[in-house]
Amino acid sequence: MTVPVDAGRRRIEELLEEHEEQILGRWFEIAGTMSGGHVDRGGAAVPFGEIYRALRRSLTGSEGGSDLRGLLAELSRSRARHGFTPSETASVVFGLKEAVYEIVEADGTPEALRGFIWFSRLVDEHGLFTFETYAAARERIIADQAEQLLELSTPVVKLWEGIVAVPLVGTLDSARTQVVMEKLLQTLVETGSEHAVIDITGVPAVDTQVAQHLLKTVMAARLMGAECVISGIRPQIAHTIVTLGIEFGDIVTKASLADALVHALRQSGVEFAEARSPRIAVRTEAG
Amino acid sequence: MDRVPVLKLGDILIVSIQIDLQDQSVLALQEDLADKVVQTGARGVIIDITAVEIIDSFIGRMLSTIASITRLLDAETVVVGMRPAVAITLVELGLSLGGVRTALNLEKGVALLNHLDGARLAVAPR
Repeated sequence: MTVPVDAGRRRIEELLEEHEEQILGRWFEIAGTMSGGHVDRGGAAVPFGEIYRALRRSLTGSEGGSDLRGLLAELSRSRARHGFTPSETASVVFGLKEAVYEIVEADGTPEALRGFIWFSRLVDEHGLFTFETYAAARERIIADQAEQLLELSTPVVKLWEGIVAVPLVGTLDSARTQVVMEKLLQTLVETGSEHAVIDITGVPAVDTQVAQHLLKTVMAARLMGAECVISGIRPQIAHTIVTLGIEFGDIVTKASLADALVHALRQSGVEFAEARSPRIAVRTEAG
Repeated sequence: MDRVPVLKLGDILIVSIQIDLQDQSVLALQEDLADKVVQTGARGVIIDITAVEIIDSFIGRMLSTIASITRLLDAETVVVGMRPAVAITLVELGLSLGGVRTALNLEKGVALLNHLDGARLAVAPR
């Protein structure tokens, strides 16, 4: 006995129309248990009714299902933002299959059973679509955060008239060095500073690549007519640099930011005066 | 062909490059500068490249050559106003302006030349 696909499809459409209330209710329950009982967590409520109606509109074929896809994309985006897992998100869509199957089972006609295979394939397709948009939304969030982190982590601060400092914190890679270099050089031009201190106290490790990046930055600053001092080299890092055989050439390096500042001040012609007598903090009570 | 004008200010010659440099005008500039240095007895040359957006290896070498020529004629060359993007490109290309002094802007370039001159006078034997 063979049932034409069209007949099965028609039967499913009829069932979806007749039992709308029942299927929706059941779907809501199933989705609830599947996603661990928190369908409405954090305002990411699932518009079951809307999705259901959009699905039926897409079946009648009047508008090709773009409405439904829009709804599903919106659902997975909001779920990605609210920290749902991918399987929680996709299981909401797959839950519909189970709800419809119960109706099909009660109906029991061969058309309905044949049609259910078609219907389940359709739901699978939409489920996968949800999955894809979820992954895309997650990736965009990660990319945005990486960019924000990049902006956050590279401040250029002014230490003195004509002296700027870049405290570097975290691992230096090519992308970050590029940002740091551009920002530093731009600041040199804007403030007319002739001295820059690159402080690497917060850089956990210096390898040949990081050293290369630092050298490039210093060379670029030199081309523009500014001198760089590298400071904050910890004992272990000094050891690594020597072991790796990295040559800093004639670039001035200092152990601490304070030493580098003193060097830069001397270079720019600031004179230091020794205090006559040791300063003692004297506190007098008012009144 | 565009000729780059050479301006005289005291005993400093100032060249401000405002056009896209062609090979011909670069060679003409080298000759003009050498002539002017001899003619005026200038002690310093400032080349302002604030308006230059692209420096290739040819112009990079031209700057080095000018510095060498003027040094032979007892004048220091200072390149001023290099843009950050230009500096980064030069470093990425592995080019360095050998023997050329640099300063952030024209004002600092003049100050650098004065400083150099002062240092030279101070160590000169009487």
